[in-house]
Amino acid sequence: MISINNIAKGFSDKPVIEGVSAEFETGKCNLIIGASGSGKTVLMKCLVGLITPDAGEIMYDSENFSLMDEEAKKNMRRKIGMLFQGSALFDSKTVEQNIMFPLDMFSHDTRAEKQKRVDMVLDRVNLNGAHKKFPAEISGGMKKRVGIARSIVLNPQYLFCDEPNSGLDPQTSLVIDKLIREITTEYNITTVINTHDMNSVMEIGDRILYMYQGKKEWEGNSKEIIFSKNEKLNSFIFASDFLKDAKDMRMLELSGKIDEKRNMDQLLNG
Amino acid sequence: MKIFTRFGAFILMLKGMFTKPENWRMYWKELMHQCVELGIGSMGIVSIVSVFIGAVSTLQTAYQFISPIIPRSVIAQIVRDTVILEFAPTITCVVLAGVVGSKISSELGNMRVSEQIDALEIMGINTKAYLILPKILAALITIPLLVILAMTLGIWGGRFVGEVTGILPNEVFDRGLVEAFVPYNVKFALIKAYTFAFIITAIPAYFGYNVKGGALEIGRASTTAVVSSCIIILLADYILAAVLL
Repeated sequence: MISINNIAKGFSDKPVIEGVSAEFETGKCNLIIGASGSGKTVLMKCLVGLITPDAGEIMYDSENFSLMDEEAKKNMRRKIGMLFQGSALFDSKTVEQNIMFPLDMFSHDTRAEKQKRVDMVLDRVNLNGAHKKFPAEISGGMKKRVGIARSIVLNPQYLFCDEPNSGLDPQTSLVIDKLIREITTEYNITTVINTHDMNSVMEIGDRILYMYQGKKEWEGNSKEIIFSKNEKLNSFIFASDFLKDAKDMRMLELSGKIDEKRNMDQLLNG
Repeated sequence: MKIFTRFGAFILMLKGMFTKPENWRMYWKELMHQCVELGIGSMGIVSIVSVFIGAVSTLQTAYQFISPIIPRSVIAQIVRDTVILEFAPTITCVVLAGVVGSKISSELGNMRVSEQIDALEIMGINTKAYLILPKILAALITIPLLVILAMTLGIWGGRFVGEVTGILPNEVFDRGLVEAFVPYNVKFALIKAYTFAFIITAIPAYFGYNVKGGALEIGRASTTAVVSSCIIILLADYILAAVLL
């Protein structure tokens, strides 16, 4: 579990995050959502130590990350995997070399054992046969999957995903979401996902933290979000008429007033 | 004020490089990779520049030597000393500041912008130590060797042109080469080579590592890195000459 307490960060005297506290549970997909500029990326960078917060406390299970020196933080980061928005794959290395890199750097296994591990994680993200391809030769969805494979190759306890669906078509987004959900459950890791993809919110949002102008505005799960009366949250999540209609249908369905078939009929017949 | 801030950040970057490597073998591999990239990769341009500089030196020195009382072998002495003292270390390193400096700056800048440096940090790797230190060490190993190559090829270029044009036969050039030779000049040239090697890798690394923004900023950082390196090389050249000669 990761817990944060009163995190604040500003740049040039302009506050970007103000007093955010939350808990991210183990074995669950914890989502941070919010409009562009709401401070979610800064919050995630604070969580992994790429940015030092001005105030507040970050706890990784029983370890206080905020009080660690650089060396201790470096060691802590070996328990962390991260999927970046642009995948951040090393351009000059093949898919296989990208995934092998953390193993080469930190593992004392033999070459054969490392190769077996690489094959296993590539198989896990359904990328068999892509070993020798360079990042420039694969699609955006495949890059994300390589990024996931690289971030889980050292068996992390914590997984951070910064906008894993950005730039992907809806179908590929679902595949990535499903993969992240499966990995989270399978390895029992604490996953924190930064997104503004509504499909992800509904599909994998075990815990959702909504940020608005640098502050925590709402917290709950994907069912609670449907019934939420928070106006800022509703105008952010259900921005279009289509999504508003979908929300109404989902509310009726969850409250047991209509079944799924009738939902579909209503939608199709207007 | 900005210059002091940058200097402070530069010193902190250098300080940050010195930590215990996460894996010695990987650092060694990276060092060897950089030796090949910076050293072997620059041999072509260094060779071409050196041969032509030596050749032109012979022609221009001979052109200015019109007095019959000065022996022709003095041309070889002048070519030797100018190549060893100035052309081989300084011109070679100014050229390398363009070739190697822009490469280092744009490579690190691109890694920064595409979050590859962040990805390494998240893995628990000291990126200053892994990405910058091997480049500086590789330059300190290979650039003095390139300067020695430049000295040799520069003098050979001068000798070759002297013979081909009939200005200075090989026997006379060879005699001039050994006359009044001061071994300290080679030592001085190597001191310059080590200093310039540090400058042409550390400064572009600083600008590349600290890029913020996108493609435009990478280009801007690359230009700033090359211009700054060249100016600092010329400044260091003057200081070393004033102090050591």
